[in-house]
Amino acid sequence: METVIVVGNGMVGHKFCEDFRAHPASSAYRLLVFGEEPRPAYDRVHLSAYFEDQDAKALELAPASWYNENAIELITGERVTDIKSDKKEVHTASGATYTYDHLVLATGSVPFVPPIPGVEKEGIFVYRTIEDLEAMMAYAARIKTIKPNGRAAILGGGLLGLEAGKAVLDMGLEPHVVEFAPKLMPRQLDTRSSNVLKLKLESMGIRIHLGKATNQILGNGIIEALEFGEDDCLNVDMLIISAGIRPRDELGRTCGLETGTRGGIVVNNRMQTSSKDIYAIGEVALYNQLIYGLVAPGYEMANVAVNQILGNKEVVMPNDIDMSTKLKLIGVDVASFGTPYMPADKGLSVIFENKTKFLYKRINVSHDGKTLLGGILVGDAEDYNILHQMYLNGIALPENAEELIVGTRGEGGSAFGSAMDLPDAAQICSCERVSKGKICGSLMEGQCGSLKDVIGLTKATSGCGGCKPMVVELVNETLKSMGKEVKDVICEHFEYTRQELYGVIKVKKIKTYDEALDSCGKGDGCEVCKPVVASIFASIYNDTANKEDVIQDSNDRFLANIQRNGTYSVVPRVPAGEITPEKLIVLGNVAKKYGLYTKITGGQRIDLFGAQLNDLPAIWKELIDAGFESGHAYGKALRTVKSCVGSTWCRFGMDESVSFAIELEERYKGLRSPHKLKGGVSGCIRECAEARGKDFGVIAVEGGWNLYVCGNGGATPKHAQLLAEQIDNETVIKYLDRFLMYYIRTAAPLMRTATWLEKLEGGMAQLRKIVVEDSLGLAEQLESEMQDLVDRYECEWKQAVENEEIKKRFKHFVNTDDRDDNLVFVPMREQKMPEAWNN
Amino acid sequence: METVLQHYAPVAMSKVSVWFKACRAMDIPENGGACIKYKNKQIAIYNFKRKQKWYACQNLCPHKMEMVLSRGMIGDTDGIAKVACPMHKKTFSLETGENLNGDLPSIATFPVKVENGFVYIGFSE
Ligand code: SRM
Ligand SMILES: Cc1cc2nc3c(=O)[nH]c(=O)nc-3n(C[C@H](O)[C@H](O)[C@H](O)COP(=O)(O)OP(=O)(O)OC[C@H]3O[C@@H](n4cnc5c(N)ncnc54)[C@H](O)[C@@H]3O)c2cc1C
Ligand code: SF4
Ligand code: FES
Repeated sequence: METVIVVGNGMVGHKFCEDFRAHPASSAYRLLVFGEEPRPAYDRVHLSAYFEDQDAKALELAPASWYNENAIELITGERVTDIKSDKKEVHTASGATYTYDHLVLATGSVPFVPPIPGVEKEGIFVYRTIEDLEAMMAYAARIKTIKPNGRAAILGGGLLGLEAGKAVLDMGLEPHVVEFAPKLMPRQLDTRSSNVLKLKLESMGIRIHLGKATNQILGNGIIEALEFGEDDCLNVDMLIISAGIRPRDELGRTCGLETGTRGGIVVNNRMQTSSKDIYAIGEVALYNQLIYGLVAPGYEMANVAVNQILGNKEVVMPNDIDMSTKLKLIGVDVASFGTPYMPADKGLSVIFENKTKFLYKRINVSHDGKTLLGGILVGDAEDYNILHQMYLNGIALPENAEELIVGTRGEGGSAFGSAMDLPDAAQICSCERVSKGKICGSLMEGQCGSLKDVIGLTKATSGCGGCKPMVVELVNETLKSMGKEVKDVICEHFEYTRQELYGVIKVKKIKTYDEALDSCGKGDGCEVCKPVVASIFASIYNDTANKEDVIQDSNDRFLANIQRNGTYSVVPRVPAGEITPEKLIVLGNVAKKYGLYTKITGGQRIDLFGAQLNDLPAIWKELIDAGFESGHAYGKALRTVKSCVGSTWCRFGMDESVSFAIELEERYKGLRSPHKLKGGVSGCIRECAEARGKDFGVIAVEGGWNLYVCGNGGATPKHAQLLAEQIDNETVIKYLDRFLMYYIRTAAPLMRTATWLEKLEGGMAQLRKIVVEDSLGLAEQLESEMQDLVDRYECEWKQAVENEEIKKRFKHFVNTDDRDDNLVFVPMREQKMPEAWNN
Repeated sequence: METVLQHYAPVAMSKVSVWFKACRAMDIPENGGACIKYKNKQIAIYNFKRKQKWYACQNLCPHKMEMVLSRGMIGDTDGIAKVACPMHKKTFSLETGENLNGDLPSIATFPVKVENGFVYIGFSE
């Protein structure tokens, strides 16, 4: 039996083991692995996560038992010290000798520590292993106990340095990134994007110093400052060096392998070194005169070495290595791909910059405008995956290349088309080298039936995770193209659409959430299905949100909208916007008494902001005593019916729009629905109430009202469409009862009427048939269901303030009457507002 | 604000040195949560009745540093108990504190026990 020895059990060494044992031919080999670190290989890419949870297990690439199960002899905590290539032997630090038939060097690299005077002082760290992080955290904790405003500098403003900067911030020290070059991430960014990124990082509290050469590290045994030049110093308590890497090629030198002038073991495109049967892969391998400090090329090298050893000689390393990168974890999107920047004679660039939003996007296009050469994204890298794919696969660009970054998106058509347009060979997950063909094929050949299966089989998305949106799209689209319904089920707990669940709950007369889970769901529920079920109960039984408060969306649970700082807004109902001076005074007095910010809303009523949880019942008690009711501004429920002043005062008015709006708002108040509902009534076609921008709108015309439905303001405005013409008040109500109830029964969760109509087969004509002509024979039932809901209306705030048990809910702490001490308000004109979020 | 986050480090069962008598069991709604104060800390407690389990974690959501997690809905994903922040629905495992739908820092979790109708939270200081 031949023996393969792998030196180094890091990310790439581990990938070699995985790929090797995945190959059936490997069973004829003994596989022996040495790792110097105390534990089996872990995910160095996500090392920074360790700052958050100190959970080394979570970083494991495979449990220790995996090696055993795959017949891999792993010896950790053992360093290989020598190679005798003539005898095909390796020697270890503990004095043992092993012989190999094939030797794979995967010894990675170490951080480069520049020879700055003073670099040996205490308080200076590098960033590569779990042990490095532990040492850093312990030191940072010590600084914090003696110094409240401790500072740490990071030497190097590259990819890793910025990640370290964020880690320092999270450790509670003030981070200062010091970079020798005049820009950040010099390999990946141009000067302008670096400027934008700098602004963003500074807004997060990371200080940036560019163009600084550190001459000396000052301090008496312990680091105290970095000296850049005369009179140019930065006082710091700690330093993290992140100034590049040096390949660990020392083993190669023990047996005379060819190495590069700046280090690294030279390999050809088969990963062979200058000595027969010795391979080098990962960050120790010098390929095309470069060390690639990224996992993806390392993984590819591992795969090549596996194939070479097992005899598939045709598998070799490509010439061009993709160095595209997306920065992770630092709270700002940064990505670059292909040739990020270049001289103008190589191509042309489209650049979009918005410093107020910390946005920068650049794409480089060939002179003929046909191919994408590369680009940079700062602030918003959502389109990185697809741009990267377009670059990799040489996909033809749209006519207006600028659409790729400024886009006509949001208006329907995406400039990109879909991931389905990519060629089968397109590598979707570069960490695990999974192609589009493999993902779609696994579904079409029946190996997989779901996203979960695909991830299980291919491991796609399990590396950096950046490809997830594309994988999801490919899976869904493929399933759809196979005629498999990708059903809009509510969530993992209920395998039903909302409409189906509505039916089941109604038929089975289910009344509590637990009953629903037990009889037609599974598991313990979640934040998606709880509010859906609560809304269905409300639509069937018209229980208020007080009945089962823990399944309500948080706003419904506290009968108020949560605000930016965890306080709440109070919006009493002011039907149709008509209000007496007395009531206005009450609102003013209550606002003054409780220190609330007041504003007239776009819904023709008054919002009182900044109420503390503890004060809500008292505030509402005063409002209710003055004749107000809940305005349900927090619920997926009827909000307002806006009115214009109509024939009451207006010289053009055709009818009493205020009176009718009040009647409608009183009728449907408290009505819960799949999404919020709004109405409007205008006194003539001048339409001052914007009725056609609402879910239902009524406009007075000669001979009656015109009734419009399914309008929407908001993100995708839609005018409501005519349902019936010149009808009287009673008919409007009859049609509205039917329309609203039918919508409530059949819409998906959080689907406004406008989108619902778009999805309704037959569209407006069909809706008119159902509502006006009663083609389904449902009219009577819909009307009586609505009447039932109307009859059972109760003001839930009235319930709350009259019931001691319910009132208890409105306490910030259950064990003391103290108030939330985390609240900070700042003055705003003559009122106040919450302190701005700083992250 | 960043410093508030540092008040909260997870406490492992083996490290508990104080069992703080936080509140009566009936103060925490079934299958929901509420908040208690311990020294300068705000702790969210959940009575996950369906799982017959109690959980405790920091009340502070690491997303926007607001004291709101106790007001979130609880549930599970693949069997892991979780809470969804009421602000932007970031979800956190109640077992490990891990952010399940993003890459926010984990939240600190604390051991809980219920004895004679009282809820006790384990702290190490
Ligand atoms: C207060 C108010 C703004 C104002 O100061 O004027 C407001 C405030 C909010 N709107 Fe609005 N909207 C307000 C009128 C509107 C209007 C104007 C109108 O009703 O005529 C619209 C466009 C009309 C429409 O809805 O079609 C509007 C379209 C939205 C949307 C987009 C809905 C859509 O279908 O695209 C949202 C987001 C959502 O609901 O998902 C939204 C969501 C919100 C939320 C609830 C966001 C949130 O979840 O916190 C805001 C809550 C504030 C609070 O805490 O009280 N708000 N919002 C208005 C309250 C009206 C009221 O008295 O109840
Ligand atoms: C904080 C951080 C963030 C990163 N982020 C990214 C990222 O976002 N994207 C990306 O693509 N890359 C990233 N990288 C780089 C990535 O981690 C490396 O490219 C990858 O780990 C290289 O794998 P390797 O196996 O070649 O080296 P390593 O993972 O370093 O493994 C080498 C192993 O060999 C052992 N070893 C060395 N010499 C011997 C010996 N003589 N005997 C026995 N064992 C020995 C070492 O102890 C080590 O465990 C990041 C790196 C760090 C440190
Ligand atoms: S428009 Fe946006 S920001 Fe303004 S109130 Fe509505 S939801 Fe809030
Ligand atoms: S504050 Fe918790 S999710 Fe945003």
